[in-house]
Amino acid sequence: MSAPLIEARDLRVTFDIRRASDLPWTTPPQLRAVNGVSFALEEGKTLGIVGESGCGKSTLARALIRMLPAEGQVIWQGETDLVPLGPRAMLKHRADIQMIFQDPLASLDPRMTVGEIIAEPLRTHRPKMGRKERREKVRAVMEKVGLLPNQINRYPHEFSGGQCQRIGIARALVVEPKLLICDEPVSALDVSIQAQVIALLEDLRRDLGLTIIFIAHDLSVGRHVCDEVMVRYLGAMMEAGPTEKLFTAPQHPYTQALLSAVPIPDPVVERAKKLIALEGDLPSPLNPPSGCPLRTRCARATEICATTPPTATIEGREVFCHHPGPAPELQAILEHD
Amino acid sequence: MALLDVRDLNVRFATQEGAVHAVNGVSFALEAGETLGIVGESGSGKSQLAFSILGLLAANGRASGSVAFEGREILNLPEAQLNKIRADRIAMVFQDPMTALNPYMRISDQMAETLMQHKGLSKRDAVAQAVVMLDAVKIPDAKNRVRLFPHEFSGGMRQRVMIAMALLCKPDVLIADEPTTALDVTVQAQIMDLLGELRRELGMATVLITHDLGVVAGFCERAIVMYGGQVMEQSPIDPLFAQPTHPYTRGLLAALPRLDANSTMTPIRGNPPNMTGAPTGCPFCPRCDFVEDICAVKMPPLTTFAAGRARACHRPIEEVAA
Repeated sequence: MSAPLIEARDLRVTFDIRRASDLPWTTPPQLRAVNGVSFALEEGKTLGIVGESGCGKSTLARALIRMLPAEGQVIWQGETDLVPLGPRAMLKHRADIQMIFQDPLASLDPRMTVGEIIAEPLRTHRPKMGRKERREKVRAVMEKVGLLPNQINRYPHEFSGGQCQRIGIARALVVEPKLLICDEPVSALDVSIQAQVIALLEDLRRDLGLTIIFIAHDLSVGRHVCDEVMVRYLGAMMEAGPTEKLFTAPQHPYTQALLSAVPIPDPVVERAKKLIALEGDLPSPLNPPSGCPLRTRCARATEICATTPPTATIEGREVFCHHPGPAPELQAILEHD
Repeated sequence: MALLDVRDLNVRFATQEGAVHAVNGVSFALEAGETLGIVGESGSGKSQLAFSILGLLAANGRASGSVAFEGREILNLPEAQLNKIRADRIAMVFQDPMTALNPYMRISDQMAETLMQHKGLSKRDAVAQAVVMLDAVKIPDAKNRVRLFPHEFSGGMRQRVMIAMALLCKPDVLIADEPTTALDVTVQAQIMDLLGELRRELGMATVLITHDLGVVAGFCERAIVMYGGQVMEQSPIDPLFAQPTHPYTRGLLAALPRLDANSTMTPIRGNPPNMTGAPTGCPFCPRCDFVEDICAVKMPPLTTFAAGRARACHRPIEEVAA
């Protein structure tokens, strides 16, 4: 078996939260946004990272591509650890790892034309490429993502949200990356347009053999797109495994609560559904609960949850819980078809 | 007589590029105690429709047509008369609780204001009532937290405060404009649960404006599907989801990812409509698979075709299939 394309080993991201009132010689409070993540992603697969706000999913993605300083290891193609690399050494790998962002309009420079935006990564990563060849490449990639060649001299504001996202995808793909990181790529889009962008991403993955890390808060989209899914809460891993297993037989109480909360566009199913509620509010990430971060809101919590952080338990998938097990009230919904 | 009767409502905005026709000839009736969903994508006119009912349009907006509340015309009433209806008889919950609440006022003051204005209560009594209502929306330790400012609450708690504020005067109609769009999914489920509970308790009619067909399926009895400022289909929810007859409704349902099944996520081709200028024909026709010549020229009328169901389409799905 070949090495995974990208592998994270105990990746951590910590922010210093120094307030104006903190004296300069004191240690600032620390916010652990990503608390020890490990995963391995095979070439051609799609990994989903799902969770609610504050779970650290975007921070994790940014740490992987060194947009944020991190601790731990990120092994690229089984050889290079990306974490200690300086900016110059990292630049060599940047063309292989590209990203698309949540807000399609905000992630495009309003003063550049579509052609300039899509050509910019080529100027950086293929500086020797001639002007004519670059223009050909830009046209080819525009066609691939469903933009018209005569739109090359237009500005981002002339496009709708869905088309702007296509421009963002074209910009990422023009340097032929191996890994595409998608940070909530369809959250800002309407349902009918969202399906267009997902269909495009799937076509590209098939045609170009792309590996994708897909960050989403929408579990329904996650189920549709991903091969493997990682569920996170308050900076920590809750459950990870093959999509089909995770969605049809979730073991972790947080995954179950999350799944039960998703509205399903079918009145019959909605009426039969029972909500697995989490008690209270999300705790402050500055002062997370000891042991398992979910314990303050979990119906299954016992003494051990407060003292010992749970480790993965179930074969074939990781369930970070001291009391894993199926949720009978959920099975009725997830297996109805 | 319907509690709220909207007839041929139009909303236009004057802009530099010309008139934006946000809502075009929308009619519907809301019965007492009913829950009605208004579903549409961005730019469908669903929020402007709600704003125009309560006279909350932006300064460049004009509404025409008729909105009758208990038989009395309320569209474009003078501000002083509208203020007697707002919050007291027809209340509204807005999408973003952080911008809808006043950041400089304590929750107690904001909530008491409503009761003092409409019910003539003293400040002390009004705050006491506010605490009762905060308890009803399950804000823990309401007695003390009523003294806090909006920023001291989490997003979900702020939305609870806004719901409590809307329900203070026990309105006959509650209009909720995307009440959970800004919230996480587990919080959304709690808020929708709460809204359903309160609605049953108080027996008020509810209009839920949303882009999320899943939320409509769980909350409403009847729904209106809007596109390009027009009503496409109107139906009780069970047949709407089981047998959608309008090509747009069907396309929307097929485009949705589903958590409980392997969905196809079939896209609707094309882009959302440009709302500038007067509409000609059906706004959905450039994206419709069943389009005919007449669709681009003439907007099909909203026609009743089964009990409680109406649609605006020249080529509804069962005709195409037949």
